[in-house]
Amino acid sequence: MDFSNLVIIAISSIFINNFVLARFLGICPFIGVSKKLDSAVGMGMAVIFVMTMASMVTYFIQYYVLVPNDLQYLRTIAFILVIASLVQFIEMFMKKNMPPLYSALGIFLPLITTNCAVLGVAILNIDTVWADGRSYNFIESTWNGFTAGIGFTIALVLMAGIREKLELADLPESFKGLPIAFVTSALIAMAFLGFSGMSIL
Amino acid sequence: MDKMLIVSANPHIRDKSSIAKIMHTVNLSLLPAVFAAYWFFGVRAIFLILVAVVSCVLTEAAIQKFRKIPVTVSDGSAILTGLLLGLNMPGNVPWWIVMLGSFFAIAIGKQAFGGLGFNIFNPALIGRAFMVASWPVEMTSNAFWTQPKTGLSMEAVSSATPLNMVKSALGSDPSLKTVDIIRDAEISYLDLFLGNVSGCVGETSFLALLIGVIILIAFGYVNWRVPVIYVGSVFVLTWIAGYDPVFHILAGGLAIGAFYMATDMVTSPVSNKGNIIFALGLGFLTFAIRIWGGYPEGVSYSILLMNCTVPIINKFTVPKKFGFVQTKKA
Repeated sequence: MDFSNLVIIAISSIFINNFVLARFLGICPFIGVSKKLDSAVGMGMAVIFVMTMASMVTYFIQYYVLVPNDLQYLRTIAFILVIASLVQFIEMFMKKNMPPLYSALGIFLPLITTNCAVLGVAILNIDTVWADGRSYNFIESTWNGFTAGIGFTIALVLMAGIREKLELADLPESFKGLPIAFVTSALIAMAFLGFSGMSIL
Repeated sequence: MDKMLIVSANPHIRDKSSIAKIMHTVNLSLLPAVFAAYWFFGVRAIFLILVAVVSCVLTEAAIQKFRKIPVTVSDGSAILTGLLLGLNMPGNVPWWIVMLGSFFAIAIGKQAFGGLGFNIFNPALIGRAFMVASWPVEMTSNAFWTQPKTGLSMEAVSSATPLNMVKSALGSDPSLKTVDIIRDAEISYLDLFLGNVSGCVGETSFLALLIGVIILIAFGYVNWRVPVIYVGSVFVLTWIAGYDPVFHILAGGLAIGAFYMATDMVTSPVSNKGNIIFALGLGFLTFAIRIWGGYPEGVSYSILLMNCTVPIINKFTVPKKFGFVQTKKA
């Protein structure tokens, strides 16, 4: 367990391989919930939470259920089912025992349970390998899920700020609403190209 | 129309400056840089700048005609975008790439957002980022950078930029010192300051750009905090990290970026506090991309990245209203 590996994972999943702006995963919540800054922050928190939980639980599914039984080909469906049911359970649990957290994350939790970014982080945790051929261990997987969520949140908050400003702009009729959101996200993704090839340490 | 009395909301203080006056002053303040581009990189530099300016102006006029809104090319903002884009081109880049980049800069970077004042990103930098992504060889490989003073003809001798040289030398042997690398390449600080090095046609001359920005600060069109803090933070960060700070502020596009692109009124924050945060972010990102990143130069990307954060910065740095007292929450 090396601390520098965690730094590399964080920089990579927040900036270099940002889930929205470099991997193009999770575009639907990115476009759908970026209209207001408040809801963007709420969504971001929910994504961080779900991605962390999903990374943790799918690690055990992969290495203690699928691999020993030679069932890796069932990975996609197993992960989707497990993540969705886990989040539903957590939601019920929170509603009963942690009402403030429940009302903060609210509607966003069920919205992203079956999102491609969440499934993506779970699968990338398994598929990504270090230079020496070793794949992520439990702590690295969890950390990757957490930082990927942070990267998503940063992208979402930036986008929400820009879209609130664009509400006041004199946009051409055909660009109003969704089209300019896509154009803007393409331009942000172009700016994030600046991080490509970055290597720390 | 002038004689009609207009009832309007405040502010009622009138100022003589207008968009056109500001933009034309900025354009004129770039003349030293244009001259330096001609001096070091010859006729082809002027040709590239002209291609960029003409394409930007024509694109803006065509789109505004098409949208049936008043054509405002005479306010000089499209000329400014063209000038900045042209000054940011490697000397040997094909002219049609410059033309397409200028079109993208104005059409997508500016007019798609509703025109001047609504664009989120600096249009010239959007044009440049688009060109780097679409034609990486022509925009970044050493074959398209030109050695200064070799080409008053149309085909100049190619040469790596100082930042490229240092990056690739450090990549192969991290123990080298920046000072030694540039001494071996026979580049002095004076060359870097005057602009007698390889690079984009208008970015190499720190002196010419400095003259321009001092004029703009004197007119009050540029908030001095942004260039000073931006350049200062790059200096301090490279110094702390053990690189050559003087080299890093004189080389590459830091001068044109810090003086002209980061200070763009539309795409920089409103308040002084916001501008300070903005400039510190720029300094850090430029440092990070230059030292750790895949590209030798990080100025254009760091300005685009910080442009994304401007709405958020503005939202959280609203100055206190005059006479306003913070009421405590019960």
